Parts: sequence; C-alpha cells; structure tokens
Amino acid sequence: MVQDWLLGSADEVAARIPDGAMIAVGVDGVGVAMETTRALIRRGVRGLHLVCAPLSGLQADLLIGAGCVAILETSAISFGEYGTPHRFHDALKRGTIALKDATCPAIYAALEAGRKDIPFIPLRGLIGSDLMVHRPDWQVIDNPFAAPFADSDPIALLPAIRPDYALLHAPYADRDGNVFIGRRRDLALIAQAARHGALVTVEEVRDDLDLMASEETAAGALPALYVEAAAVAQRGAWPLGLGGCYEIDEAHFRRYGEMARTTDGFARYLDEFVHRRREAAE
Amino acid sequence: MTEVSRQELLIHSIAHLLEGCRSVAVGASSPIPGAGALLARHWAASGTPPRRMFLTILGSPRHNAMTGGGVELFDMAAQGRVDAFFLGGGQIDGEANINLVGAGGAYPQTAVRWPGSFGSAYLYFLVPRVILFREEHTRRVMVPRVDFISAPGPRPDGVWRPGGPIGLLTNLCWFSFDKTRRRFTLETVHPGHSLDEVRDHTGFDFDIAPRVPETAAPDAATLAIIRGPIAREIGDAYPRFVAQVFPDAA
Repeated sequence: MVQDWLLGSADEVAARIPDGAMIAVGVDGVGVAMETTRALIRRGVRGLHLVCAPLSGLQADLLIGAGCVAILETSAISFGEYGTPHRFHDALKRGTIALKDATCPAIYAALEAGRKDIPFIPLRGLIGSDLMVHRPDWQVIDNPFAAPFADSDPIALLPAIRPDYALLHAPYADRDGNVFIGRRRDLALIAQAARHGALVTVEEVRDDLDLMASEETAAGALPALYVEAAAVAQRGAWPLGLGGCYEIDEAHFRRYGEMARTTDGFARYLDEFVHRRREAAE
Repeated sequence: MTEVSRQELLIHSIAHLLEGCRSVAVGASSPIPGAGALLARHWAASGTPPRRMFLTILGSPRHNAMTGGGVELFDMAAQGRVDAFFLGGGQIDGEANINLVGAGGAYPQTAVRWPGSFGSAYLYFLVPRVILFREEHTRRVMVPRVDFISAPGPRPDGVWRPGGPIGLLTNLCWFSFDKTRRRFTLETVHPGHSLDEVRDHTGFDFDIAPRVPETAAPDAATLAIIRGPIAREIGDAYPRFVAQVFPDAA
C-alpha cells in the first residue's frame, strides 16, 4: 500500500497551489473544501483565477475578501437563505477582481471541453444575453452541420476551461486514495478537467476499504488517478455542510454575514476563525 | 380554518400552472415554486389514473431525479425532458427580458448587484413552460427595459428556442405571455388587490384580458395538504422558509 498521495494537513494541501493558479471549486454544500480554503488564506495566496462550477457562496466570498482572487468566473455568488455576500459586492465596486460572468451550463460545457482537451465547445441558448456582450471570449457561429438550404442556425462557442487544480472535500478516501463522492459528479468533472487533478480533503481515510473492489462502491468513487494529493481534515467543509455527514452551521454562517458586512468586521472574522485556528493548533 | 396566506395562494397557483407536466425542475432560492411543484406532484399521484411527476428541487437531496451532477439538469432540458422551470429576476421587462445580474451604474460596477444569471441564459431558451415568478411587484422590478439582459425574452432572431416564458406570477397577479406579440396580458388579480394597483406598480405596458377574475384560492382540502405534507417536504430544502411560513410543520 503506497500512500505517497497522503499529506499531513489541509495546510500542506494548500501549499501545493501557487499564486496565480486557476482553481475549480464546486457549489457550497456539495463537497466544498473550507479548511483548505482557510489554509490558502493563511498562506496568503494571491492572484487566483477562481472557477466556480457552476456557482459559489461562502467559499468565494472568503477568498475574495481575503484578497486571494484576481479573476472570478461564475454563474452566481449567492448565500441562498443565509444573507448577502458583502465581500464579493465590495470587490466588484472597488474593481479589485475581474469578473467573468457566466451561466451554469456554459461553465459545465467549458469544463467538459477541458476534460476532453478540445479547444472549444458549442452550446445552445446564450445568444441575445448581455453575458455574450461582456464575454468577448465567447463567439457565435452558424451551425456548419445544418441541413442544406435550412435557415441559418446561430450557435455559441465557448473556449475550454482547464483549471490547474480542482479543490474538494469528501466524506472519505479508501486506502488507495480513491475518494467517495457519491452522485456529486460535478466533483469528478472538475477533477478530470484540471491539468494537475484534484487536491482533496476528507473526513477520514479508511484503510480497510477498497472502493474499486465492487461495482456499487466504484460507481460513487473519484478514482485515485485524478487525485494529486489528499489530507484528512475533520469537519473540513465547516461551516458549510457535507451531504450525509453534517449539516450547515447556520448560526456561524449568519455570524459571518454580519461580520463580513464591513472590511474591519471581515478582518476580525479572519483573525478569529482563519488565522487564530492555526495558532491554536500549533 | 384560518385565512389563505399570500404564500399559500401562490403555491396553489403554481401547482395549477404545472398541471400535465411529466418533469419539473425548481432552481435555487425558490421555496414557493418548490412547494407548488410538490403540490402538483401530489395531485398527479392522486389523480385517476395516478400519474408520476419527476421532480428536481435544486438543493434538496430527497427531491432529485438526477444522478449525473449539476450538469444533468441542463442536458435534460436540452433533451426536452424538463417540461417546466421557474425563473425570476431583479428586473423583468414587458418583453420578458430578465435581469439577475444588477441594476444602475455601469456593469460590472452596478449600483446593485444580484447573485448572477445562474442557468437562465440557457434554460429560458429550452424549457417549454418557463414560469416567471417574482413576489415583489413594484416599478423597480417590473421595468420598461432591464438594465442587463441575463436571458432574453422570445424574439424573432433565428436562435434555437423551443422554450420560453408562459407568464409571470407575482404577489399581485398572473400575467400570461404571448411569444409572438411579445407582450404580457393580465389574466387574474389576487384576492384583496385590484387592476389599478397592478397598473400603479407595473413599469411596463401590458394588455388586459376581456375578463379579469380573481385568482382562484385553494379549497379547504388543498389547504390542509399544503400546510401538512407539502410544508414538511419542502422543509428538506428550505428549513428557514418552513419555520417562518408554516411553523406548525417545522
């Protein structure tokens, strides 16, 4: 059993991500690596191109507020029932991030092109949306396969997205580094599209388990081939929830929303819940 | 029995708009559409003969007809396997253009920023029965022209568009939408509200049906279903909504 993929902590996972990297993350609550996110902020990462597959909330707001993000590519930044992403709004107003506003299926399709390593992919919809106006990297062509003499059939083309890394958190990995993601297949998409694969945290590593040994468990696995490195981070999605393991910490999320209203409040939040946690651990 | 609440009237209206659907999807931050879809599914299952309705409520682990990740919803829609979906907007105009991005100022530094376009710039083209749903019915929402088009209303531009909006449901009324004439028509006004009120609070021009009845309210049996099983089921995805609106079911 070779466990060269297994690192000691989320901070070691975060250390793999260089400044300026393009990283892909999933939707809040669906396998979001919050401990790694805090570790990235502790390490002071800068200039990230954050690709939200296909949208984000708390994770993006934290990274933006902490000054880690240069480019944000997303279909939405939303806290759902839990308030307003003030750091995102503030960064937009101050012009400190470049925003690539998208729509969910466009991000999925571009990642799909990324995992096929083809340069672009066509997608229905989009034409007539002002998103097209602000996305000069998106083009429109006439469907070259339309029936002869048929009316023209305009269709949008999107360049592929190939992130450097996918960042995710999952309930467990088996002894060989296969990661259980269940039906959260978005996590497989971002891992496969990423040039260097997935950087993963898990609640636990199960040394008695081989996910690939049965059809039933293999179907819910992200194969270790796509996993660049992993570490154990208990409650690593906190304060977000992790399906099947724990619920969202609503009180904390609301507290974040209140503190992050102002830059001072946000700085206090970082101090208390991002930086000081490491000091406590040391 | 207590009075019918605003939310209950909307849930009931939505369930009627979904009658006959085989497959319905409900997007983010949409507890009332979610509850309406659950009621429509309940009616389908208790009809003669009983019919299935596939339901996907994003954010609900239980009400999810998909196994392929988030992308599957969009692929299902393109395949013609999503009959109905809901979209809203911070602004909606008289040609059914919707804006989920922001208002005022110069994009991207808009004076107000909303979450973003989500899947609207795709699903609006492909889902045959898109129900525009926005509770707030004011002139700041119902505008002559949206500041940013997240998803364009139907227009004769040769773009592949098997779908589009069938109408707009708000706190005040139900408008149908004519895709050829590209105009809304006021069809019903909710109990306690008036045509003048709708006019006063709508910033775009619209037509008025020859007869504009009051929006039908749920009967006692339907209310009991909404307040019991439907409220409990929607709590799976929207616990805070249920705690506020249906405290007895929370």
